[in-house]
Amino acid sequence: MTNKAFKGLSPQEATARVEASLKQRRKKEKRFRLMGLSAVVLALTFLVILFSGILTKGLPGMFQHYVQLDVVLDKARLDPQGDMSDASLFSGDADKIILEASLASIGEEGGRKTKKTLRKMVSSGGSQRLIEFVKANPELMGTTQTIKFAVDDDIDSFLRGFIKRETAEKDRRINDFTIEIVDKWQEAGLISYELSDYLFFGSASRDAEMAGIKGALFGSLLTLAICVSIAFPLGVAAAVYLEEIAPKNRWTEMIEININNLAAVPSVVFGIMGLAIFIVTFGMPRSIPLVGGIVLALMTLPTIIISSRAAIRAVPPSIRDAALGIGASKMQTIFHHVLPLAMPGMLTGTIIGMAQALGETAPLLMIGMVAFIVDIPGGFTDPATVLPVQIFMWADFAERMFIQKTSAAIIVLLAFLITMNAAAIMLRKKLERRW
Amino acid sequence: MENSNIKTTGNVFVDNPRMTARNVDVYYGDKHAIKDVTIDIGEQEVIAFIGPSGCGKSTFLRTLNRMNDTIDICRVEGTISLDGEDIYAPSVDVVPLRARVGMVFQKPNPFPKSIYDNIAYGPRIHGLTKSKSELDDIVESALEKAGLWNEVKDRLDQPGTGLSGGQQQRLCIARAIAVSPEVILMDEPCSALDPIATAKVEELIEELKSQYTIVIVTHSMQQAARVSDRTAYFHLGDLIEVGNTEQIFTNPSHQLTQDYITGRFG
Repeated sequence: MTNKAFKGLSPQEATARVEASLKQRRKKEKRFRLMGLSAVVLALTFLVILFSGILTKGLPGMFQHYVQLDVVLDKARLDPQGDMSDASLFSGDADKIILEASLASIGEEGGRKTKKTLRKMVSSGGSQRLIEFVKANPELMGTTQTIKFAVDDDIDSFLRGFIKRETAEKDRRINDFTIEIVDKWQEAGLISYELSDYLFFGSASRDAEMAGIKGALFGSLLTLAICVSIAFPLGVAAAVYLEEIAPKNRWTEMIEININNLAAVPSVVFGIMGLAIFIVTFGMPRSIPLVGGIVLALMTLPTIIISSRAAIRAVPPSIRDAALGIGASKMQTIFHHVLPLAMPGMLTGTIIGMAQALGETAPLLMIGMVAFIVDIPGGFTDPATVLPVQIFMWADFAERMFIQKTSAAIIVLLAFLITMNAAAIMLRKKLERRW
Repeated sequence: MENSNIKTTGNVFVDNPRMTARNVDVYYGDKHAIKDVTIDIGEQEVIAFIGPSGCGKSTFLRTLNRMNDTIDICRVEGTISLDGEDIYAPSVDVVPLRARVGMVFQKPNPFPKSIYDNIAYGPRIHGLTKSKSELDDIVESALEKAGLWNEVKDRLDQPGTGLSGGQQQRLCIARAIAVSPEVILMDEPCSALDPIATAKVEELIEELKSQYTIVIVTHSMQQAARVSDRTAYFHLGDLIEVGNTEQIFTNPSHQLTQDYITGRFG
């Protein structure tokens, strides 16, 4: 060694070289940190743009314009059979009474043209609202009451400024005469801009001003309930079996690979499968949350299995040894120790799967959950649609007001998702606190 | 048996054996981990297994309560009996067996539950108690025996994982005692502990031996010398020598034992 030319660096030389290389290293480090930071900033910017876009479009969609009319609740005309039954009320003259009230609101007897115009200006859901009001307050029969009715979506769009007064009459969806009446209403202070009750309590409707998400929201809830009650137990059971019980051989390896592959299968494929198996082969009805839930459960199963397996694998083997070492059976070890410790991880996976299922549209289109359904589903076998499908349908409609309703529905969907995630995090924190 | 020509020297048999192993071979897949081991474990004695890393002492220990069953590729041949009863017989259930042959592991592994529940878990799953007060008594006596009662009696509802390392290991010993085993297997119980905690555990072993048979695997020859009555020296899967601890450490009869205890390898 001592004969070699290179004698090694002196400490001073080494220090100098380290100094020199240090500069380079610091530069690199700085660049790396800057890149990371800019990536985060960029992502956040996009998120802010996205959210502000949705909020500015969607928040107005949560409100709509109403006109308040003094309605004469004439018992003989509203309730011709006098028993307050639905049949009697719906055969009554609710529509005419509203028309008379709107005529009164502009202080006119009204010719044919006025009547025709006014009929189109109050939402066609007005009579329904009047009947509901009477049903809720039968003691007010015979009096005159001020009731708020939604205005037609075109009037709403005009009031929001989407339909402009300056536009030539023939290019406008509403004529000058209609605008005149709107002006009269506004002067009289009859028009109000309020939180839309139709949006939250209404169901699907072709009339934009009456369209609501309640039906879709219930459909989503029912579908998710089916989905989680199938996917969670199955997923956890499969994960426990594969991790704790199954022998490690070629078969389990095959199964594992296939589960991972399933996670990457496009969701629409699950929809076609659901259509072929549940609807065609088993003859289940279309458009029902039961089938939707099963299809979504199949779709989310791989996600849940994979995350549950990871959670089980993360339980330290020493805990299993400890339980087995004092004579716990395999089952007891799993149920008393492994599962409780793996539960937070499993729940996280499940919630991620559920969030995915909640936002899923394609497979549900396949099994007919895209149908136009006015009734609010009361059970797992009632025809229903779900939030994202409702959004998809609304986005397709031409009326201006549907654009706002679509954005509003997106906000509701996002709020739903955020609530779910928050619940997941809280649940997880709570379970984790058990050391 | 490939090159298993080493014959155990010393005295493998005792007059009143609790456990007996006869011609035990253990395989991990193709690997021959334990080669033809025959040994008796006596009533109320502390026997230490020593030997260099990878010699099979822990493997052999785990065959004594069939903890090796959890390893798929592990295969055991030969006979191991507890009180004259073959523990590998097809009719034997490992659950009661492990209740009779308890185990304490290298790393303290209390359950992430309260101190009370840690001890009470074994009696609960085996249905040892009829009432809450009986369970309380078992918990108290197990902690008492493990020398932990005075330190934890005021915080039984606090997590076992919050104790210090030494306390955790004694908690694990108490947990093993709580199901009243006949034999306690200890797999390097002090390797993760500091000297003071180690001394406490050793003291505890000294006290426990009046009631239990204890088999302890240890890397520390001093520890083996301090706590055990008999010592068995393993080398590459062979049981080289068994004898009284004093004799093994002062006058080993086999060259390999001699080399190991004098520190020539290991």
